[in-house]
Amino acid sequence: MAEQGSGGDDVSRQPVKRSQSTQARATQAHSGQEQSGQKQSGQKQPRNKKSPPKPRPDSAPAQVARLLSMLPYLRSHPQAPVSEVAELFGVSERQVIRDLRVLWFSGLPGLSMGDYIEVDMEGVEGEGVISVSNADYLARPLRLRTDEAVALLVALRTLAEVPGSFERDAIDRAITKLEQAAGEVAERAGAVQVQVDGDAVADVAGTVRSALDDGRRLHLSYWVPARDETTERDVDPMRLVVVDGRLYLEGWCRRAEEVRLFRLDRVAGIKVLDVAAQVPREARPRDLSGGLFQPSADDELVTIRLTRAGRWIADYYPCESAEEIGEDEGLEVKLRVRDRRWIRRLALRLGASGTVIDPPDLAEEIVADAKAALSAYE
Amino acid sequence: MSQQAKSERLMNLVICLLVARGYVPKSRIRRVVGGYGGQSDEAFDRMFERDKDELREVGIPIETGSNDPFGDEEPGYRISRQEFELPEIRLEPDEAAVVGLAARVWQHSGLAAATSNAVLKLQAAGVDADRRALGAVEPRVGGEEPAFWPLWEAVRDRQPVRFSHRKASSATPMLRHLQPWSVLSWHGRWYVLGYDTDREDARMFRLSRIVGDVEPDGVPGSYDVPPSEEVRAAAAALGPAEPRDLPTAKVRIREGSGHILRSQAIDVRPDDEAGWEIATVRYSSTTRLAEEIATHGPDAVALEPAELRTQVIAWLSKVAGVTT
Repeated sequence: MAEQGSGGDDVSRQPVKRSQSTQARATQAHSGQEQSGQKQSGQKQPRNKKSPPKPRPDSAPAQVARLLSMLPYLRSHPQAPVSEVAELFGVSERQVIRDLRVLWFSGLPGLSMGDYIEVDMEGVEGEGVISVSNADYLARPLRLRTDEAVALLVALRTLAEVPGSFERDAIDRAITKLEQAAGEVAERAGAVQVQVDGDAVADVAGTVRSALDDGRRLHLSYWVPARDETTERDVDPMRLVVVDGRLYLEGWCRRAEEVRLFRLDRVAGIKVLDVAAQVPREARPRDLSGGLFQPSADDELVTIRLTRAGRWIADYYPCESAEEIGEDEGLEVKLRVRDRRWIRRLALRLGASGTVIDPPDLAEEIVADAKAALSAYE
Repeated sequence: MSQQAKSERLMNLVICLLVARGYVPKSRIRRVVGGYGGQSDEAFDRMFERDKDELREVGIPIETGSNDPFGDEEPGYRISRQEFELPEIRLEPDEAAVVGLAARVWQHSGLAAATSNAVLKLQAAGVDADRRALGAVEPRVGGEEPAFWPLWEAVRDRQPVRFSHRKASSATPMLRHLQPWSVLSWHGRWYVLGYDTDREDARMFRLSRIVGDVEPDGVPGSYDVPPSEEVRAAAAALGPAEPRDLPTAKVRIREGSGHILRSQAIDVRPDDEAGWEIATVRYSSTTRLAEEIATHGPDAVALEPAELRTQVIAWLSKVAGVTT
């Protein structure tokens, strides 16, 4: 058995550093010696089954995994700025420098002169650019792990499902290439499937898409569920978003003069106008990471008593609280409500399976609604 | 500093096993990888075992074996370059662009991190994917339910599981035993599909109705997942029904309202009275349609069939607190 670059076997002590940049290296020189191996007890904690294994970004295995991607990146991007690498890898610049210090002490077995990976620490600390050499054996990143391959492939398939034939061809080609590169782990991609409710709104999505591509204004007839009313408005489109399997147009509503989301299945009519879209510079896409509906403390707090048949409410709408009541599996929930018209309609939908009990004047309004509706049958 | 020392040791171990032409005996690893020297036998063994485990956990394939086919030699370790390295991959600019967009699809923190790592590896391999570019289309996929990750791991590892699941209509959960096939999103809601060993048939369960932990219930790899076409067919069979030859109802709707009813209508024509229209609506469940009509309050009136009319009246009467 032979290894590339023979360093001799008898290197059981802390590697002796190369002579160059001795000053900087000297500050690190003790690092190799004081490893007791005892301090890492935190690494072996039992797996938390609720979330994926997430090693801290500064844990040793995470650092090594990151370096194995960073090395090939640095190789193909000579003189990469520290700031850019930090952003790309989602760590601080200080962490990148700590990573590079680890590299600096790494190399071929034996770690004789010429075995070390070369890191230009002066360039890093001076101009803030990175150059690394003498690591040709780490020229390619690690293979994709199963969860990485699956997560990426499913994300791409979800993109492809969005109607409006959005770059479907490019997505299909990318999927084929990735499946090849991922090898057998790609076969597990069927483990997760995402279905986008797209077919019913494909025409509307196509129109939005063409307006986006041509930078044109749209006219919408849009149904507002709280009022059950169709409104007319001009919208300068910004993007198509899919949240929880539903398609939305995000755009600058010229009627409201703000960024609004329009659910495509509530678009009753759509027309591309012969006007260039003008999205104001201050318009920002909404942050959707917290979900679409973010209740505000200003919204009215409504209490509904649900029977067993009405329990679905707790699954569909974000509730402030939900309490089991009685013996027949009832539930009492509190919801934040912005528009009373919405909750009045919901109460009619619930019928006997849910009763608004607070605020009392709202409960009275609901009874009045039901009586007015009944009068049509007399 | 011991953190840095450990990272150095792990890096040097990876390089040592990767550049070797064959299996490296443990005794040699101890001699050539800085950081193992100077340890007692026991401390070295413990340290080396843990290092291997941790490297495997971040996806570094360390193999055990021997260069000697008759197995007399001390067993050794190696990293096969083919298993270690991402193969050559070249993406066209439009392909790279969609890969960058894909990095933002997941909202589940674990899957978002996994996608980012995958894209990062591609970027390291020279693929010019921009994860920050705003796309014209931005799908967002959740998966925040606590049961999501354990079930996804179970599907990945072919691990039978058990969990408590309550039906929508019930507060009392039931214990289920499942060989999970797939975790899927249907109309924006997450389900697990698999073989229910109690019912001896395929079943689908909504993730948000799983109560408590998903527990392993057998040996990983102890069952096979059917081919993907079969899984898809099972999902379609258990999912919401397709509209077929459905009966129709007549509903009187005030002009400008009743959007949902109109979207299900096969025909809408003006009523004799101005400001009203008559819609002919397909429906699969009388109760559901009655609910929908009741939701519209005075803006929608059920005309026929009579059964629908009776149900709407009963429904509204309950809300109004009057007896029929």
